[in-house]
Amino acid sequence: MNNRLAKWLISGPPLLYLLLFFAIPSAIMAFAAFRFPGDYGGLLPLVEVNPETGAREVLINFGNYADFLTWENFQRFFEEPIYIELFLKSFWYAGITTGVCIVLAYPLAWLIARSSKKTRDLLVLMVILPFWSNFLIRVYAWMIILGPQSYFSQVLNRVLAVFGIEPVSLLFSQFAVIIGLVYVHLPFMVLPLYANLEKHDMALLDAAQDLGANAWQRFWKVTWPLSLPGVWAGTALVFIPALGMFAIPDLLGGTNSMMIGNLIKQQFLDSRDWPFGSVLSIMLTLSVLLMAAIAAWAGSRGKAKK
Amino acid sequence: MALLEIRDVVKTFGDFTAVNHVSLSVEAGEFFTLLGPSGCGKTTLLRMLAGFEQPDSGEILLDGKNMAGVPPEKRPVHTVFQSYALFPHMTVAQNIAFPLKMAGVAAAEIPKRVNKVLEDVRLQQFARRYPHELSGGQRQRVAIARALVNRPRLLLLDEPLSALDAKLREQMQIELINLQKEVGITFVYVTHDQGEALALSHRIAVMNSGQVEQLDAPETIYSYPKSRFVADFIGQCNLLDATIVEIGSERMKVEIAGVGVAEALPVAGAQIGGKGTLTLRPEKIKLGAALPADDANEVHFKGKVHDCLYLGDVTIYMVELDNGMLVETMLPNSASGKAKFFDDDDLVELAWRYDAGHFVLA
Ligand SMILES: Nc1ncnc2c1ncn2[C@@H]1O[C@H](COP(=O)(O)OP(=O)(O)OP(=O)(O)O)[C@@H](O)[C@H]1O
Ligand SMILES: [Mg+2]
Repeated sequence: MNNRLAKWLISGPPLLYLLLFFAIPSAIMAFAAFRFPGDYGGLLPLVEVNPETGAREVLINFGNYADFLTWENFQRFFEEPIYIELFLKSFWYAGITTGVCIVLAYPLAWLIARSSKKTRDLLVLMVILPFWSNFLIRVYAWMIILGPQSYFSQVLNRVLAVFGIEPVSLLFSQFAVIIGLVYVHLPFMVLPLYANLEKHDMALLDAAQDLGANAWQRFWKVTWPLSLPGVWAGTALVFIPALGMFAIPDLLGGTNSMMIGNLIKQQFLDSRDWPFGSVLSIMLTLSVLLMAAIAAWAGSRGKAKK
Repeated sequence: MALLEIRDVVKTFGDFTAVNHVSLSVEAGEFFTLLGPSGCGKTTLLRMLAGFEQPDSGEILLDGKNMAGVPPEKRPVHTVFQSYALFPHMTVAQNIAFPLKMAGVAAAEIPKRVNKVLEDVRLQQFARRYPHELSGGQRQRVAIARALVNRPRLLLLDEPLSALDAKLREQMQIELINLQKEVGITFVYVTHDQGEALALSHRIAVMNSGQVEQLDAPETIYSYPKSRFVADFIGQCNLLDATIVEIGSERMKVEIAGVGVAEALPVAGAQIGGKGTLTLRPEKIKLGAALPADDANEVHFKGKVHDCLYLGDVTIYMVELDNGMLVETMLPNSASGKAKFFDDDDLVELAWRYDAGHFVLA
């Protein structure tokens, strides 16, 4: 009895927090996806305040609900290919970002996990150091680095000129967006990978070598499969936030490097079409859940086959 | 030609010498044991055989081939690690198939070989389990099966039984002996447990601080330890400081200060006045209230029981000699109904044959 009380006391506050600030807003948003936009943006009201009496009057009822609720927002999403295309493009960006992060983070995490206790703490500190300065400032820094006036761009273009290649503009391109996404998310891949690799039993590598495995085989047969939980954790931490990112495409991207995040922001803030913005948000959440489900299914199937 | 030759191998870590001029050879089919206290360099020597460490000097020859510069994955030597080091993400069968795959054995051949060795270690029904679903003894057997499946020239075992409880350890010892006989692969076995070494080995190398103190068959090591260290390390042993007073061809006389003169087998290098230690196993000492003094091959001493230690099958009696020295003796509790023959402070007599003890020069 006491035990149960303690459980509720401990898990109660965070549960309440999630309920208030996640579950309820999500429900509101899901509902909003079926409503009409208001005349001046936002949502078409369901309740009206009588200007004379001040009494509230509910406008929606069983007879006229079709005037207030609709599938049209969803139809629009599926009928105009541009939205699906934007989704696919965003998945593509997030996927590339995740892939590049894995390739860059793996050796780094491995190096940290293999260094002495003291250097290890220092290296971890250096990985999280960028968080100490503001996210936007760091992205602005990239604008300067990639901008046409920077030494980086100038040196690069001179080198390209030697090979007879036209000068390139780095900023406001897909390339810049990927660089920004990778830069911002890299620590989220390094940390779970490091946490995983650090726990590996070195005796397993000795055993593999003793039993005839060369360095390449030791990595692919032992280290890599055992690090998959870390890879998955890092993938979740990188892919999902990267998918919804809007600040980086806004600042570093060109006209054609928009992502879903930008579109959602546009719907809510610029076009003030809240219902359609809600539809986009819901579709984004659903597609992430679908991907997670497919990954989990593939994972369990892979295990069962062994 | 010996299967394995270790020639004057030295290994240092910084200014610490872990293995100090070790030379020995192991014959094909032998169960060879490296025995010694913790930190004496057994694992270091084994790791050099496996190829994980390189000797600073000296050479290691396997089948007459110098192993210098041959990496572990290229040596026909497999190791059973103390922690087993089973791959946690692979089933028992996959673990055992690993060395076969690495060696490029044909895929069709692999299941046959895996099943055969699973049979040898009696684990057929566990083939599809993961290591964490096995008991300690079963994991141990998987580790051995995995190291054996590709039929290495040499199997190295580093304290493979130390993580098991006493009962299981004994059972695994019997299994190991049988397995070694069956597969005919040469075992180099590391342990700090002298009982295990005596029970398992054809030959034992007793190591002490990086050096081999004695290399002999178990019976020889036990009965004729070459040094005080070996006598003390292997089994229970009385170590009586003594001085040589007379040397004959068959036997020599040594004086135990304050107690009297005893006889022992002559040893090489003995000189009158030479100091050393008479090593005497407790079970080789006769103990009685009054012993007949008619055997010229025996020496006799009087003493007083100081402590008794009842162990069930035997009782240990610590007997105090005239000079205050304590000698450990034991009597089997075989007499019906009797558990103890003497009590503290009883006066007793000790006797032992001249060839029961073994004198080692200091
Ligand atoms: N990599 C190393 N660096 C420094 N010293 C080492 C290293 N490996 C072993 N030593 C030292 O060498 C000595 C012998 O070590 P080794 O592991 O061979 O002992 P061991 O006989 O196997 O002991 P145990 O029975 O405890 O396993 C020890 O004193 C140890 O501290
Ligand atoms: Mg050791």
